[in-house]
Amino acid sequence: MNISTDPGSGFTHDVIVIGGGPAGMSAAMTAAEYGCKVALLDEQPRPGGQIYRNVTRAPAALRELLGPDYQRGSGLAERLQRSGVECHFDTTVWDVGQDLTVTAQCHGRSTQLRPRQLIAATGAMERPSPIPGWTLPGVLNAGAAQILLKSSGTVPSGATVLVGGGPLLLLVACQLLDAGARVAALVQTTPTSNLLRALPHLGRASLTPSYLAKGAGLLQKLKRAGVPFYRDAREIRIEGESGVSALTFRAGGTCVSIAADAVLLHHGVVPNTQLARLLRLEHRWDDTQLAWQPCVDAWFETSLPGLRIPGDGASIAGALAAEASGALAALGAAAAIGRVDCSTQEREARAWRKLLRKHSRVRRFLDELYRPPEWLVAPPDETIVCRCEEVDAGTIRHMAILGCQGPNQTKFFSRCGMGPCQGRQCAITVSQMLARAHFKSVQEVGSYRIRPPLKPIPLGSIAALASPSVSRSACKEEFE
Amino acid sequence: MLDGDPLRVEAGQPLAAALMKAGLSVFRRTPVSGAPRAPFCMMGVCFECLVEIDGVPNQQSCMVEVREGMRVRVQDGARNLEATR
Ligand SMILES: Cc1cc2nc3c(=O)[nH]c(=O)nc-3n(C[C@H](O)[C@H](O)[C@H](O)COP(=O)(O)OP(=O)(O)OC[C@H]3O[C@@H](n4cnc5c(N)ncnc54)[C@H](O)[C@@H]3O)c2cc1C
Ligand code: FES
Repeated sequence: MNISTDPGSGFTHDVIVIGGGPAGMSAAMTAAEYGCKVALLDEQPRPGGQIYRNVTRAPAALRELLGPDYQRGSGLAERLQRSGVECHFDTTVWDVGQDLTVTAQCHGRSTQLRPRQLIAATGAMERPSPIPGWTLPGVLNAGAAQILLKSSGTVPSGATVLVGGGPLLLLVACQLLDAGARVAALVQTTPTSNLLRALPHLGRASLTPSYLAKGAGLLQKLKRAGVPFYRDAREIRIEGESGVSALTFRAGGTCVSIAADAVLLHHGVVPNTQLARLLRLEHRWDDTQLAWQPCVDAWFETSLPGLRIPGDGASIAGALAAEASGALAALGAAAAIGRVDCSTQEREARAWRKLLRKHSRVRRFLDELYRPPEWLVAPPDETIVCRCEEVDAGTIRHMAILGCQGPNQTKFFSRCGMGPCQGRQCAITVSQMLARAHFKSVQEVGSYRIRPPLKPIPLGSIAALASPSVSRSACKEEFE
Repeated sequence: MLDGDPLRVEAGQPLAAALMKAGLSVFRRTPVSGAPRAPFCMMGVCFECLVEIDGVPNQQSCMVEVREGMRVRVQDGARNLEATR
């Protein structure tokens, strides 16, 4: 496969899609259907994104265990393979310019590509859960445990306790149980009062009943398996020296301590806005999802013309909604470069919009029901907030008292957010903590400025870019 | 190879998963307090799983698949000797 630049325009592709999850696969295939020259880049070794991770390679027994919602990914990945989309896996995008030039690294070498339209379907990440002891070995995100199951067929050994709230927590608990893990307890942090917030949205949610039925099924399964349930848990601490040994918390007025070898945390997922922040896109703080969202229009175009963000990277709505939004973003891109006319675009969009509405109906109910507890962003002083630089909650609060108004100031004074993860694990907590301290909205407080590279890149990889001839040959080798 | 000792694992899984399966429980120690750390997110967003692969440091072992002949070194002297046997 050869990358060639159109000498007249300087573009390498009509459309580049970053991300091979449901949103990215759907976007790339739709754009290709309208005759666009499309490349899809993903840092994973194969298509699937988070939900369908490793679906093209997982053994049949594992696919069966993970269920039909997982297996749907096989069909998408097969269609992608036949679609004529140029796919580049193991390819990490580490910079994007305001002119949409994409810089990506594959096998230690960096290459630049330039599309007319860029679709960043970079998905979501699990919300950080700053709880005392969350940095101990043996503590993982629940989704991380699911990734281990999908990609290597392993489950945590010993007594496993799941902590937090949300549909994914229940799903992972059931999947681990099926795979033979010893689920010692499900410790739910969801405040009981959430039910009252959620009830007004139940009517709308029940218009797409499959989601509610699935949730009920998961709960029933865990009950039948005899997994101990705790509700409205708080004052959670993970104990241990060089690894997890126990979990302690308060629930219903009593203190509980459970011996544990593995603790799996989960408080929902939030858009991964690293790339969007790098490009200084407009963001809004969503007070229902408690997350930053890049602002997008009906065709998922962001505040930077030509850059579209569909899927969970824009707003959490799940895999089926991500497929629909990916297709709509592609229709937007194809229309912007004249591959479809307005009336075809509108006509083709109708079915996708209908699907998007259908799969979004349950969202408000779930968001309210599983809204993380307020105390999650008011951790005890000694709790690590920035995992990389080991900055604790007390230090952040102290910075606020000293007058730091925003996260870029606390970063400057305490190194919070300056480590290798570039704030991915602390940004949202720090913004929420500063907002509380100053009685401001999170929107006013803002978030970290992000600079390239998005991932640590060896110097040799960057050096290849300096000379255009090297860069061209590198890119040929890499993508052939 | 892990820290110079040969290790046999199944190819085609994330390196972090293979290392954990082989018994590596501490991947790095923090520069500030020396606290032990291990993979946390498995999707490339926490950077707790950094190792040196074939001489190149700071590679996310959760995002790289095991290949035959890979030479892996745990960084910051955090290697867990038990795991390499
Ligand atoms: C760990 C985890 C597990 C989940 N499991 C489930 C589940 O079992 N069921 C469910 O319904 N939902 C699950 N979700 C929710 C999930 O967000 C959506 O269901 C769905 O995967 C969203 O699709 P998407 O296409 O928007 O993003 P994703 O599926 O997340 O795809 C994004 C893709 O972009 C790639 N990418 C990101 N940044 C870069 C970059 N800089 N360079 C190159 N590639 C990049 C990623 O490698 C990834 O493949 C999970 C989420 C997480 C975080
Ligand atoms: S485990 Fe989080 S980056 Fe690898």
